[in-house]
Amino acid sequence: MIDTPLEQQKERQLGHRYDAFAKVTGRAKYAAEFPVKNVAYGHIVQADIPAGTVVSIDDAAASRASGVHSIVTPFNAPKLAELGNVNVLQNATVLYSGQPIAVVVARSLPEAQAAAALLRITYKEEAAKLDFKGLLNDARPPKRGGASRRGDPEASAAKAAVTIDETYTTPIQNHNPMEPHATIAWWEGDRLSVYDSTQGISGVQQALARAFSIPQASVHVECPYTGGGFGCKGYVWSHTILAAMAAKAAERPVKLVLERPQMFGPVGSRPNTRQHIKLAAAADGKLLLQQHDSVCYTSMISDWVESAANQTTLLYDSESLSTSHLVVPLNLGMGTWMRAPGEATGSVGLEIALDELAEKLNMDPVELRLVNYAEKDPRQGKPWSSKHLRECYAQAGERFGWSKRVARTGQHREGNSLIGHGMATANYGAGRSPSSAVVRILPNGRVFVGIGTQDLGTGTYTILAQAAALAFSIDPAMVDVKLGDTSLPHSGGSGGSTTAASVGPAVYDAAAQARLKLAQLAAGDAQSPLHGVAAEEIETKDGRIFLKTASGTGPDKSEAITALLARNGGTPVEATATSELVKDRDSFTSHSWGAVFAEVAVDADTHMVRVRRLVATYDIGTLLNDKTGTNQLVGGLVWGIGMALHEESVIDTKYGRTVNENFAEYHVPVNADVGEIDVTCLNIPDFRFNPLGARGIGEIGITGAAAAIANAIYNATGKRVRDFPITPDKLMA
Amino acid sequence: MNPFNYQRATAPEQAIHAITAHNAKFLGGGTNLVDLMKDGVEHPSTLVDINRLNLTQVTATPSGGALIGALVRNSDLANHEMIRRNYPLLSQGLLSGASPQLRNMATTGGNLLQRTRCYYFMDTAFPACNKRNPGSGCAALAGFNRIHAILGTSAGGSGDATECIATNPSDMNVAMAALDATIHVEGPKGKRAIPFAEFHRLPGKTPQIETNLRPDELILAVELPAPKFAKNSWYLKVRDRQSYAFALVSVAAGLEMNGSTIKSARLALGGVAHKPWRSLEAERSLAGTTAGAAAFRKAAELAVAGARAREHNAFKIELAKQSIVRALTLAAEGPQGVQA
Repeated sequence: MIDTPLEQQKERQLGHRYDAFAKVTGRAKYAAEFPVKNVAYGHIVQADIPAGTVVSIDDAAASRASGVHSIVTPFNAPKLAELGNVNVLQNATVLYSGQPIAVVVARSLPEAQAAAALLRITYKEEAAKLDFKGLLNDARPPKRGGASRRGDPEASAAKAAVTIDETYTTPIQNHNPMEPHATIAWWEGDRLSVYDSTQGISGVQQALARAFSIPQASVHVECPYTGGGFGCKGYVWSHTILAAMAAKAAERPVKLVLERPQMFGPVGSRPNTRQHIKLAAAADGKLLLQQHDSVCYTSMISDWVESAANQTTLLYDSESLSTSHLVVPLNLGMGTWMRAPGEATGSVGLEIALDELAEKLNMDPVELRLVNYAEKDPRQGKPWSSKHLRECYAQAGERFGWSKRVARTGQHREGNSLIGHGMATANYGAGRSPSSAVVRILPNGRVFVGIGTQDLGTGTYTILAQAAALAFSIDPAMVDVKLGDTSLPHSGGSGGSTTAASVGPAVYDAAAQARLKLAQLAAGDAQSPLHGVAAEEIETKDGRIFLKTASGTGPDKSEAITALLARNGGTPVEATATSELVKDRDSFTSHSWGAVFAEVAVDADTHMVRVRRLVATYDIGTLLNDKTGTNQLVGGLVWGIGMALHEESVIDTKYGRTVNENFAEYHVPVNADVGEIDVTCLNIPDFRFNPLGARGIGEIGITGAAAAIANAIYNATGKRVRDFPITPDKLMA
Repeated sequence: MNPFNYQRATAPEQAIHAITAHNAKFLGGGTNLVDLMKDGVEHPSTLVDINRLNLTQVTATPSGGALIGALVRNSDLANHEMIRRNYPLLSQGLLSGASPQLRNMATTGGNLLQRTRCYYFMDTAFPACNKRNPGSGCAALAGFNRIHAILGTSAGGSGDATECIATNPSDMNVAMAALDATIHVEGPKGKRAIPFAEFHRLPGKTPQIETNLRPDELILAVELPAPKFAKNSWYLKVRDRQSYAFALVSVAAGLEMNGSTIKSARLALGGVAHKPWRSLEAERSLAGTTAGAAAFRKAAELAVAGARAREHNAFKIELAKQSIVRALTLAAEGPQGVQA
C-alpha cells in the first residue's frame, strides 16, 4: 500500500500528458507511420455476399496490373496453424459480407486498390441468416455461461405491489477509433517483425507465433502509440496475420491499413441486444424480483455474447433474481468487447426499468436506488473492497440540483424546448492481471521505466512516470517511460479497465526494489556518507539519497545519487519486478461505481434532442492523474450521448451489409451535441484491491449515461422510448 | 481508385473543349466527386480541374440581385456580406450543411451537382441501384429506406428497372430553390440560362440523369433575383445530430410581409425528394393570408400532398409538416439575422 498521502501524490502528478508534446508535434509515430524500407501496400478484398463459398478468383488481369507484387487468395494462401476465429484465407467459405477473401500487394495503395477491382470473383451463394427479429425463434443459449438465478423468482413476483415488464433494444455498434487498425510486417529469415496498432502487443506476438509455427521469441511487436481501441484492438484480427502472410508472399515488408468501411465487420462489433426486464417491488420500493433476459446476435464464426444481464446480478439487492442470455446466429462479422461490454447495454435496460418503477411507485429515482443499495455483493455475500456509491448519488445530485427536479413529465418548457431531468447508476468491474516491469536508475540521475504494455491514448505513459516518481520521490519529469515493445518485460492486454491497476503496481514495486539496491550500494560504499547504514533506513528524494532521520538537504549522511553512481562504475542500478495479485482476493469483490445525472432539451416541433448537462460522480479508488483520468470519464459520457441518441450500425437484412459504414452516416456526437459536462471523483483509495488504491476507469464512463439521458427525455416529453438510439422519429409517435 | 487523366483548365473555353473527352468530369472542390471515385461509384477517365477559372466572385447585378461565380466556396458564399444581408436564407442553409472543412472546399457549382447519399448508391457491393447501374433495380425499396424520398419518386414500388427513391442531399439547393435562382451555363453551342426549378430532375425513368445540365456544359454562375425575403426567412434543418448530418427534412421558408399579411411566400423542402421540393401550391395558399398557425398548417398540408411513405420513412410526412409550420413561424417572426 502506498502510504504517501493523496495530497502529496498529487504533487507527483504530471500536469500534462507524458506524450502530449510528441503527439501534438507529430513526433509520436503510430503503426502505419514508421518508415520501413521497400515497403509494399496491401489491400484486403472482401466478400460481398453474406453466405456461401468463393468458387474461383480469376486474378489474371489483376496480376498484370501496374505495380502488383502478389495476390493471396484462399486458393494459394500458405496453410497456417489452426487459429480459431479469424478469417485468414484458409478456406473458401464465406460467413459474412465483408469477410476478407484476398489480399492484393502492390507498390502503392492506389495500385493495390485498382488491381483489386480487376479480380473476377465467383461465388456459390447460400441462404443467409440476417433478420434478427425474424429469427428470434432461433435464439439458443450460448456455448458458455450466461444464466444465473437466486431465490424463488415466481414466489417473489407474486408478492409484488408494483411490477414493470418491458423490453429494451440496443443496436449493433462499431468502435471506430480515429486510428484504424494498421500493421506493417516483414520477415528476416524465420524472424517476423511487426508494427501493429493494438491493445495487446503480447497477444499479437503469441497469435503470430502460433499462426506461423515459430517460437514466440522470433516475433517482435512494436506499438508505441495506439490511436484508440475501445475493445476492437483487443483481439488479433485477420489483417495482422494477413499482413505477415502477404509479406512472406511478396518477399518484402507489407503495410496493411484498414479503410474506414473495413472497420464495420472484420474487426468486431458490439452486438445488438433485446433485453426483457421484469422488476417486481413491494410498496416501499424494495425489489422482490429482478429478471433480466437478454438476446443478442452472434456470428457464425464463434459465440460472442454481449452480456447485458451480468451487471444486474450485483448492482442492487433483491429477494430473487433471474438472468439469462441467448444468442441468434447471423451471417455477420464477430461481436467483441466494446467499451463496457455488457454494462453499457445492460445499464440501459435496467436503469430505465428502474426509472419506470420509480414512477409507478411515486418514488424519487435516487431514493429507489438507495432503498435497494447492495451493502455486500449480492451474488455470494462477499464484502466489497471499497464501495461509496451513496456518496456518488449525493455529490452528483447536489452538483446537478436534482432536488429541483419536477417528477411529472412535460412540465418544464423554455420556448420551444421541453426540458427534462433523469439519472442512472454507473458501474463497472475492477480487475487486474500480473504484470512485470523494469526500472533503471541512470547515472545522470534520470529514471527509466520499461514495460511491455501499451497506451491507447488513455494516459498509461503518464501514470507510470508518476508511479516511478512516487517511489523515488522525484519530479515525474525525471522519468523516461518506454512501452509497446515485446522486448520489454511482459505485461497483459489493455482491456477490461485493468491496465492502470496491473501495470502501476508493477512499476512501483520495481522502483521500490531499485531504490533498495541503491541504498545497499550506498551502505556498502566506504566513500558514501551512508556507509554502514542499514539499507532500510535510507531514503531518496529529488535526486538525493539520505538517512531517513536526516533532512536530506545538508551534507550530513546525504549525497547526490549521480555522485554515488559515478563512484560505482557509472552504471545504472536496475530492478525488475512482477506485481502479483493480492492473496486474499477471493474474499471480497472489487467494483467501481458512479451516479450520472442528465438534463436534456427536446425541441417540441423537430424532436431533436440536445443534452444540455451531464453531471457525474465516480467512486473509482485513487484518481491517479486528474487530467487523463477525468478525460477518460468525460469520453465515456460523450459516448453515452452517442449511445442514447446517435450510434447504430444498420444492417441490410437482404445483403447483410452495414449500410452506413462511414463517418457521415454512422453518427457519433459532434461538439455541438455535447453540452456541459461536470465530472468529479470521490478519490477514496481502494487499498484492498491493489497498493495504488486505483481501480480502472476506461469503461465506467459510458455506463448509465445513455439511460440517464433516456430518463431525462421521458421526463421532458412523457414519451418512453425503449429502442435505441432515440432519434427524432421515435419521439414523434 | 481507377487510373485517370488530369488536366487543368485556365479559361472556360478550354474547359468546355476538354470536357468533350470520353467520360470526362470537371473537378471543383472534389468533396463529393473524389469520394465517389475512391468508393468506385464514379470512374471518370479524365478530370478537368477548373479551379483556376475566374469564377470566384460574388457581384451585384443591375437588377439588384446577386451573381455567384460557380467556384465561390460554400464558406465564402455563406459569409459574404451581401449574401448575409440580402439572402440570409441562403447563408443559413449553407452553414447548416457539412462541416467547416468541407464548406471551405465545396464550390457553388459542385454543390448544385452533389449526388445522393442513398446507401445503396454509394456502396458498389450492393448490386441493385438504378442510378449507379441503370436497369439493375433499387435495393432501397425493400432495404433500409429511412432517409429516402416521400415525394416525386418514380413508379409504384413494383420493383421495375427504373425506380429510384433517392433524395438530393444539398442544403444550398433547397435555399436556392426557394429564392428562385437561375443557373448560367456554357457549352460548345454557347451560353444559356436554366431556371432553378428546371435544373434538377425527378427520377422518372432515368434516375441516373439528375439534372438538365448537358454533359458538355460548364456551370458559370448562379444568379439570385433582387431580394424580397431578407427580413422574413428561415432555414430549418431537422437531423439526427446537431451538426454534420444530412437532413431528415429541411425547410427553406421566405415571406414577403405587409404588416401581418403575407404578400408572397416561398417554400422549399429538402430531404424529401430527388430534387429540392418547391411547393407552388403551398406558396399560393399563403399569399394574401394573415401569418399564423392556421395558414401555416394549410400550407404544410399542401406541401406534402401526395407524399408516399416506404417502410422506414413514414415519419417524414408528419415531420415535414411540423417543420414547415415551425419554419414559417420563425420566418414570420423576423427580421432574422444568420446565426453562424
